[in-house]
Amino acid sequence: MGKILFEFKEGFLISLSALKANKARAILTTLGIVIGICSVALMATAIKGIDIAFEKGISALGADNMYIGKFAWFSDQDFWKMRNRKNLKMDDYEKFKDLARLPLAISPTVMSRQTVRFGDNFFEGALITGTNDEYVKTTNFDFDYGRFFTSIESKSSRNVVVVGKEIANHLFESINPLNQDIKIGEIQYRIVGVLSEQGSNLLGDFNPDRRLFVPVGTIYKYFERPSSQSIDIVVRAGNTAMIDETKEEAEGVMRKVRGLMYNEENDFAINQQDGLTQNYKKTVGVIQIAGFFITGLSLLVGAIGIMNIMFVSVKERTKEIGIRKAIGAKRRAILGQFLTEASVICLIGGLIGLILAVLLSMAINKFLPTSIQLDTVVLAIVISLITGVLSGLAPAYTAARMDPVEALRYE
Amino acid sequence: MIIDIKNIFRLYQVGSEEVRALNDVSLQIDKNEYVAIMGPSGSGKSTLMNILGCLDTPTSGEYELKGTNVSNMSDNELAEVRNREIGFVFQTFNLLPRSNAFHNVELPLIYAGFSSQERKKIATDALTSVGLKERMYHKPNELSGGQRQRVAIARALVTNPAIILADEPTGNLDSRTGEDIMALFQILYKQGNTLILVTHEEYIAEHANRIIRLKDGKIEKDELIHKAD
Repeated sequence: MGKILFEFKEGFLISLSALKANKARAILTTLGIVIGICSVALMATAIKGIDIAFEKGISALGADNMYIGKFAWFSDQDFWKMRNRKNLKMDDYEKFKDLARLPLAISPTVMSRQTVRFGDNFFEGALITGTNDEYVKTTNFDFDYGRFFTSIESKSSRNVVVVGKEIANHLFESINPLNQDIKIGEIQYRIVGVLSEQGSNLLGDFNPDRRLFVPVGTIYKYFERPSSQSIDIVVRAGNTAMIDETKEEAEGVMRKVRGLMYNEENDFAINQQDGLTQNYKKTVGVIQIAGFFITGLSLLVGAIGIMNIMFVSVKERTKEIGIRKAIGAKRRAILGQFLTEASVICLIGGLIGLILAVLLSMAINKFLPTSIQLDTVVLAIVISLITGVLSGLAPAYTAARMDPVEALRYE
Repeated sequence: MIIDIKNIFRLYQVGSEEVRALNDVSLQIDKNEYVAIMGPSGSGKSTLMNILGCLDTPTSGEYELKGTNVSNMSDNELAEVRNREIGFVFQTFNLLPRSNAFHNVELPLIYAGFSSQERKKIATDALTSVGLKERMYHKPNELSGGQRQRVAIARALVTNPAIILADEPTGNLDSRTGEDIMALFQILYKQGNTLILVTHEEYIAEHANRIIRLKDGKIEKDELIHKAD
């Protein structure tokens, strides 16, 4: 064991001096690995970043939630068939609410796009969600200021609004938004709550940071005709274990609400976050494989560079190999020496690549919340070591098998 | 007896022709002999030296080194024998150019698996014995030809080998430095080492006590030299 460790240390020192002796060549060769490892590390980081963003976003939807609506989010059903279904109306919601026993919270949602103003500041085409007070129970919202609107405010359709963080920042800059009056379209609303940052760019406009929530009645009063769109009913199961039961009940109740005969198929869909997750995993899985394949190619190019330079190095040092063999180096010692050398080049390249990746990811962090994780660092180091060993294998083997007489004669 | 060679052949295939570099050579060398192997180029003396040094194996015939048959050993076994039993001194010194004198001398001990303290002591002693204690940490290109050859001799000595094999050790040195090196060999001989010298220079061979002359792959003459002292 001590001997192997020793041989490794010896190989390490030899390779450092060999690298020092050919600085320009070492830098150029290492560059291939630097770029390879840098791109692999960035790829891993980017994918992780997307995952984190997605998970953060999806948790805003809530794992225990289901969304009853006209359209299935992911399905092979005919779009036109779904489109021709009767709209879900507030009546459906009321009936559903009376019949469903299991859900922790049930709330209707209606959307409208309106320009929101405060003084000279405005936010165009903001997504206004009309809902009731129970909606907040289907989310994990935290509040910077105030609260969600109450049951009374909801039932009496008061002009109150809860705004997302980004909208609030945009409209108010440094003023405290709470209890300020803003205009949604031409209608005055009072802010009763400001959400803290929920943060997921992946959800786009559905990111709660960019949304406003008002009592559903006011949407119908000011902005939308009840017939114009189908509502969604958000149903929150009591807990994760209850999801299946709650879904089963919801399906039965909805069939009753929609007056379906036993032989008619559902004219509604019950959507869940895991459908979204599965779909996401499928898409991102493909991107991941493609991404790692492409970055893997750049690493391969780097590895070929190392292999090439190791062959040159073995050739150049034929005499040295002969001397070492003459004074008693076994094949294993020569093999170890050149493998160590290739690994050291790759390791140094890998570490530089990693540092570069950290710097780049700081820049990327502005668009996508990412940072290099410890496992990425470990992965990159392991990959560069493996690359070193693999690319050094053939040249090292050539060196180890040299005939000492021939090698000593080499000039 | 240290070296016992019986009926050794070494054949090479050159194109369609078979060349007999060694053609039925038998040879015995005792402990603490000082032997010179001579012969014109093409006589087979390099081939014999390679086989004696376990760098090469004979096509047929037997070679016993210190009672062990080495003629059919594997590469790795031969490496071990070279490491323990043979000290090489080459015409072109063959030092590792990027390593200092000390590291060059400790290298055989590294392959033999000595600890770092042991290596330090043995290598320092060896360099001291060839008069290079002061230049231990100089690289070969900072040393003169004679000094380089002394480093190579120190390297040959560190594992306390059964034979020291010197191939034209003065070939790259001026005559005065060459004499110094030969004087050093004389000391090694007096200390009880077994020396084999390969050379084509008569006056170098005269330092030895026995001269073996090769011609066309055969031993032409094997004579003891009786010195006045």
